[in-house]
Amino acid sequence: MADVVVVGAGMVGAACAYYLARAGLDVTVVDRGPVAGGTTGAGEGNLLVSDKQPGPELELMLVSLVRWAELDADVGGFEFTPKGGLVVSSSSLEPLVTSHQQAGVTATLVDPGEHEPELVPGRHGAFYPQDAQVQPALAAARLLRAAGIDVHRAEVVSLAVQSDRVVGVRTRDGVVSAGAVVNASGVWAGELSQAFGAPIPVTPRRGFVLVTEPLPPIIRHKVYAAEYLDNVASGDAELQSSAVVEGTPSGTILIGASRERVGFDSGVPREVLRRLAAQAVELFPVLAGVHALRVYRGFRPYSADHVPIIGPDPRRPGLYHACGHEGAGIGLAPATGELITATITGATPPVDAIPYAPVRFAA
Amino acid sequence: MTFTFDGQPIAAEPGQSVAAALWAAGIRSWRRTRHGDEPRGLFCGIGICFDCLVVVNGVRGQRACLVEVHDGDVVEQP
Amino acid sequence: MIRYDVAVVGGGPAGLAAAAAATGGDARVVVVDAAPRLGGQFWPHRSGAEPPALWRLRSAAYHLPDAPVWFAEPAPTTGFRLHTPAGIVTADRVVLATGAHDRSVPFPGWTLPGVVTVGAAQALLKAHGVLVGRRVAVAGAGPFLLAVAAGLATAGADVVGVFEAGHLRGYAKHRLPSAKLAEGARYAAVLARHRVPYRRGHAVIAAHGTDVLEAITVAGRSRERRIDVDALAISYGFTPQVELAVALGCGTHVDRDGSLVVTVDADQRTSVSGVYAAGEITGVGGADLAQLEGRIAGRAAAMKVLDPGTRRQRAKVRRFAQAMHDVHRRPSWIEQLGDDTLVCRCEEVPYAEVRKAIELGATDTRAVKLLCRAGMGWCQGRICGPAVAELTAHLNGRPPTRDDHAAFANRAIAQPTTLGDLAGQ
Repeated sequence: MADVVVVGAGMVGAACAYYLARAGLDVTVVDRGPVAGGTTGAGEGNLLVSDKQPGPELELMLVSLVRWAELDADVGGFEFTPKGGLVVSSSSLEPLVTSHQQAGVTATLVDPGEHEPELVPGRHGAFYPQDAQVQPALAAARLLRAAGIDVHRAEVVSLAVQSDRVVGVRTRDGVVSAGAVVNASGVWAGELSQAFGAPIPVTPRRGFVLVTEPLPPIIRHKVYAAEYLDNVASGDAELQSSAVVEGTPSGTILIGASRERVGFDSGVPREVLRRLAAQAVELFPVLAGVHALRVYRGFRPYSADHVPIIGPDPRRPGLYHACGHEGAGIGLAPATGELITATITGATPPVDAIPYAPVRFAA
Repeated sequence: MTFTFDGQPIAAEPGQSVAAALWAAGIRSWRRTRHGDEPRGLFCGIGICFDCLVVVNGVRGQRACLVEVHDGDVVEQP
Repeated sequence: MIRYDVAVVGGGPAGLAAAAAATGGDARVVVVDAAPRLGGQFWPHRSGAEPPALWRLRSAAYHLPDAPVWFAEPAPTTGFRLHTPAGIVTADRVVLATGAHDRSVPFPGWTLPGVVTVGAAQALLKAHGVLVGRRVAVAGAGPFLLAVAAGLATAGADVVGVFEAGHLRGYAKHRLPSAKLAEGARYAAVLARHRVPYRRGHAVIAAHGTDVLEAITVAGRSRERRIDVDALAISYGFTPQVELAVALGCGTHVDRDGSLVVTVDADQRTSVSGVYAAGEITGVGGADLAQLEGRIAGRAAAMKVLDPGTRRQRAKVRRFAQAMHDVHRRPSWIEQLGDDTLVCRCEEVPYAEVRKAIELGATDTRAVKLLCRAGMGWCQGRICGPAVAELTAHLNGRPPTRDDHAAFANRAIAQPTTLGDLAGQ
């Protein structure tokens, strides 16, 4: 019998498993699919402080950034690129930069054209050197490898409970026993939490990413329009989009970003493609002649109050949640793993755990 | 008719693709891969494999096997 | 903006038969073709040398050439919208006849200039009047090899041999249509006249050369032989091009030759109302079957009645086509791979990297793609997809499934399209 079973072999599940294993616990990871089978395989791999308003998410991200650099040194092999982020806007970015600086983020007002020669002229800019990028599927896979964990393939259907205490999970192929269960099932965390009898509000928020042909490096940082911050913070169900453009080590340029609350709707609307492309070309006119090779789609796990849900669930002693990260799951994963580990082992947490505590949904 | 490939004049017949004209002139590769720097030219011949990419009259990303060659065209390695 | 009753996508045998069958009544029909000239891969021709089969069509249907469909979607109220660089085509019903391309199998040296598909050798000769080489080997599996080898020999190439991987014992079991027998005999006679050896149970296991192909190694009858060549035309059957059908939501299944095909009913209807499919995309079966299916699909799409004779003929030809898959089986090719044999040509992913992705926990092709980039390049897995699907299954100790192919069949952007075009500029 393991000490902990982590449900979900995505980035957050892998990070939880890694830190729990490092703390000396015996960990099993269960997933009905392979590593990075969900949202982790559909993201850009962003590690950003620039897109977060001051608050608990930003707090967690500042810790997580430090952990990512440590993971790159200790584990590596996931294309960690500390490239920095550039926010551009038609209006002044001074208020944004000031509030970020006050919250402990390194940010400076810049002439964006000096950082990105291909950027359309005439914009205000703010540079965030702490922003970085990883390849998320590789990161999840490498963390699990480093922890010596093979994913146990099974579909979890409910909790295994004995005398009001969680003793593991019930899968379609039998029970996986453990003293503690971590719900890191990403965009299905809400659904699974219902089956666990401890519902938390996590719903899908669909996004698309356009991928271009491989190119010589023309875009050096992650670049995005300031409207992106509003989109991230908004709870609107309708399509919102604003330009997010960045290069990758493989030479392709990734273009986002769109958000819609449409359930698990499949299909690619033409309008989304048009907006993503138009917004990118507006920022970088040179992209007009560049080919898009594909578009892929992912679902961000959206927490109803826009704060991740990390910690013990009082309704089911032994059950912990580590989910609801919306579009920030990759960046926040290490700090989430550390926070979960501290909660389970009783060690000092890296941040105050209260804002993320699931108890806020337990009423 | 003639066109140039990296400055070199090549003869071609009407209706031929750039790839066919290069092939007829004895040229077997016109591109090098970005990691292994390996030579590539024609493979599938019908526009599926994208091995045959060239620059035609300044326009990048053209499949040599699909582009019909015209008199005076300037074709270059990408 | 014209709204058509029927849009046929693809100008090969299936598409032309569908368009011809759909016209003649009130229906406004358009053939949307990626190529500049009708005929598809089966009737490649030089400009000004159009086969007679194409004349019939000219006056009856609209023709939109140089119009690859890069995006397909349902239209706002009813029907479908097909986005092409030449404009958007709107139609009440769509017949997809997008054909297939040669299926390739990785082997050491296959990326050397001079190694091409059998279709490439055919296209070079028929559409462009160019011989693929002076000393040519034709290899792989399938009845197509004979036809192309005969064409090359007639055009003056020294065809050093036709190396068919299948043992072809299965032919004895199936009653071949007499027309097929006659066709085969004609090609065999050409090869005999030019003294071209036809070897069954033989496969090319390696290509050699520095910057260009210089020789191949052929294995068969427990022996390996090295042969000097300056061109190798090699293909193992065909891969249907189903991305538009998948984008429109049509149901698919894995056919007897291991390829992903569109599922259709007796009238060539797909699972999506208003979308029909005909030809290779419903199952690789050759030009005769494609034309029969096209005729059925065209009449159905134009709401015309179909004669039962055509359906019976289709059933017969389809049975023969399925039998061909068994007879021309692909050999096991995985043991030929070296660590550095490229599996994905576009992203230059060697076999060792694919194995590493499996070791990192990739149990399906989506995960393999994510962890080693196979299928992420320009061709988006068109060339390497089937191979990666088979490798993924093999290295995970299980047979390939439909989901293994799904990772590569999903192409909402069906052709590389500039961001300017996507933006609607």
